[in-house]
Amino acid sequence: MAVNNLISDGQDMMRICNSCRYCEGFCAVWRAMEYRRDFPAGDLNYLANLCHDCSECYYACQYAPPHEWAINAPLTFAKIRGRSYEQYAWPGALASAFRANGLVVSLISALALIVFMFAVVQIKGSSALKTSVSGGNFYQVASHETLIVIFGIVGLFSALAVGIGLLRFCRDIGEQVSDLLKPSVLTTALKEVLRLEYLDGGGWGCTYPGDESSQWRRWFHHFTFYGFLLCFAATTLGAIYHYVFGWHAPHGFTSLPVVLGTLGGLGLLIGPVGLLALKLRRNRDITDESQWGMDTAFLVLLFLASATGLLLLVLRETTAMGMLMVIHLGIVMALFLTLPYGKFVHGIYRTTAIVKYALERKRKQTIGV
Amino acid sequence: MNQENTTDYDVLVIGGGNAALSAAITAREQGASVLLLECAPKHFRGGNSRHTRNMRLAHETQFEPYTGAYPAEEMWNNYIKATGGAANLDLAKMVIYDSASVLDWMKDHGVRFQPAITGTLHLSRTNAWFMGGGKAMINALYRSAEKLGVHIRYNAEVVGLDVQDGHFRSASVLMDGRTTEKIAAKAVVVAAGGFQSNPEWLRKAWGPVADNFLIRGTPYDTGTLLKILLDLGAEPIGDPTQAHMVPIDARSPKFDGGIVTRLDCVTLGIVVNKYGERFYDEGEDFWPMRYAIWGRLVAQQEDQISYVFIDSKTLDKFMPSVFPPIEGHSIAEVAEQFGLPVDKVKATVAAYNQAVQPGKFDHTIQDDCKTSGLTPPKTHWALRIDEPPFYGYPLRPGLTFTYFGLTVDKRGTVMMKGGKPAGNIYAAGEIMAGNILPKGYIGGVGLVIGNIFGRAAGAEAAGFAKNGGAQHRNSIVKEGRNNGGE
Repeated sequence: MAVNNLISDGQDMMRICNSCRYCEGFCAVWRAMEYRRDFPAGDLNYLANLCHDCSECYYACQYAPPHEWAINAPLTFAKIRGRSYEQYAWPGALASAFRANGLVVSLISALALIVFMFAVVQIKGSSALKTSVSGGNFYQVASHETLIVIFGIVGLFSALAVGIGLLRFCRDIGEQVSDLLKPSVLTTALKEVLRLEYLDGGGWGCTYPGDESSQWRRWFHHFTFYGFLLCFAATTLGAIYHYVFGWHAPHGFTSLPVVLGTLGGLGLLIGPVGLLALKLRRNRDITDESQWGMDTAFLVLLFLASATGLLLLVLRETTAMGMLMVIHLGIVMALFLTLPYGKFVHGIYRTTAIVKYALERKRKQTIGV
Repeated sequence: MNQENTTDYDVLVIGGGNAALSAAITAREQGASVLLLECAPKHFRGGNSRHTRNMRLAHETQFEPYTGAYPAEEMWNNYIKATGGAANLDLAKMVIYDSASVLDWMKDHGVRFQPAITGTLHLSRTNAWFMGGGKAMINALYRSAEKLGVHIRYNAEVVGLDVQDGHFRSASVLMDGRTTEKIAAKAVVVAAGGFQSNPEWLRKAWGPVADNFLIRGTPYDTGTLLKILLDLGAEPIGDPTQAHMVPIDARSPKFDGGIVTRLDCVTLGIVVNKYGERFYDEGEDFWPMRYAIWGRLVAQQEDQISYVFIDSKTLDKFMPSVFPPIEGHSIAEVAEQFGLPVDKVKATVAAYNQAVQPGKFDHTIQDDCKTSGLTPPKTHWALRIDEPPFYGYPLRPGLTFTYFGLTVDKRGTVMMKGGKPAGNIYAAGEIMAGNILPKGYIGGVGLVIGNIFGRAAGAEAAGFAKNGGAQHRNSIVKEGRNNGGE
């Protein structure tokens, strides 16, 4: 992959954009650009990860193709961003997984992991695959200890890989982690992250999937993001119940972990379907097709994890429970394993970029006064 | 083969920029059926409006998106100072005193404005800035027009008008460069721009020097409609050599370079011609007040070229531009790369440096850094050019739009020779801007002329189509004035 061309294309584009600045009202990218005159690779990676891929700047650009300068900021940033994911990947040997992480590969991984879980359950000699279990106690399919060990290993590995990627990103964009963790900076940034400030377009939304502004993408992303968070909260709460209070799963339908998980699961049905539907209708001129697989794989895995989880909840007292449990666990494990090498990392890097932007504004104010 | 397709509309709008859209939307809102013909393909629609960024609008108090009040009287004084005033001041008064109504009209039609944060030209007290610039504004107006039911054709070039006794019947339109259609309408609004993208016409007006001009905006403003109407007996206005012209980087493309080719460093350095001689006070006034003069000054130099020299002290004190500067460790090195007479440039810089008086440099005010005993003097921001590396940019005249156009009345009606108004032909935008701008320019007023006269012409044309020319003097522009609070 022609990394140098990508960077020099980005620098050419920034020289034109920084002498124009018509887009400064749209989002953080253009205001962060105005703090600079030169654009080394690290700064381009920062700006590319700050970009939310909303396309407002493309439709507003007087130099967009077919103009001879052919400025296409969303596409240029998408390409730089996609390459930056590989640059930060740990272990480095797995960097190419980003390109290989297509929908088919993810589904095959999920299938392989389902078979693997099935084998684990068979070896443990559980009979719960064939018969129904009273109260839907899925620990009869695979014991709590087995699950903790398997998911613990996968989870720790993924967390380590994502964490190292994050540190590499911070180093590349020239920031100390301690500076990024300043409370005043973090509060400013988190507000912008949690409300998706830069997809709001001052209340108009963004030009996605076509050239008319709308809030749909922001709303579907909210469903996905908060759905994910609610599921995470449900799992954490389940662990607290288990270890602190000794209340063991399965919990009742009205218990807090189940309510949180159900709400989150619904979010993860609505959000990914919506985002995928928008993505299918998106203007191809500004889409980096090479990331299509990575983007859709993450959305489809989120959807499947949620769908099988909800089915498991509904059918947990039937004979289908055992099989569903195995399928659900296989998909969740595939999701976990692909987290550091797929679309998930956009959230990590974009949040960090927004924190850096908050930090840059603060520095500017301090100098300005 | 010519295809005769007679389609009837109430109002035909020729042109596809801000003035044309303002006319088409207004006519449609008054109930007329409207067809808008844009000669450019969809990607390049909008004429010069595509390259614009803001509008200068009077407002008696401070409110978003302005940082302060800008009374109509102050705008009027700015206008008179910059242009010397027009022959028919009534039209200029209409533009300036009605300008307050433009912001709401634009907002009502989906145009978004940028909150007053970081104005790069420090104009946010006087000017409202489009969120995303002129193309975003144009996109919003097209969307609004489409929703209202205005019919729009791209790649539709008007090649002839059937006008009898000052009365428009139909237009011959070359569609997609292939077939010619005849389109009839009860009234026509011509908002097709100036002639600045027509090299032959420029050469006719300026002589061969015009070949060295760069055209900052659309290549589609060839003046075809202006020529057709003049040939049909319309009354011209203005001097064909008058135009909005600014100095831009000589390395810019011939057309469509837009905003990024401008150079804002003239006030920070010195400018020499091809003989290495200075020719005008670079520090006369703030750049936004003077950039329109410098285009003409460069055009008057031999070969229509000049060179600005600065040093490392000031390199980061102006907006970056699209082409990197020519750099050298000495003035001679930079001059040599430009092919200038090296010794002469060295002497000019030395004489300037010697004449610079001590002062306190402040680019935000008209400071006391000036030269003494130098001709021409530099009266503000005069700093010695002595800290290497040295930098230079080549300058050429960049033509934005021409002022020579059609004489109109307050309703936008095109006047025919002999003082008789045309029956149903109206004009708006750059094609009639010369009625208000005889020479000189103040930033952001072109779009205001386009909107005010676009709305006036659209209302008149719709009224004419409805009443067949009966009295219809209550144009929305006049209502706007009553509400505007002068």
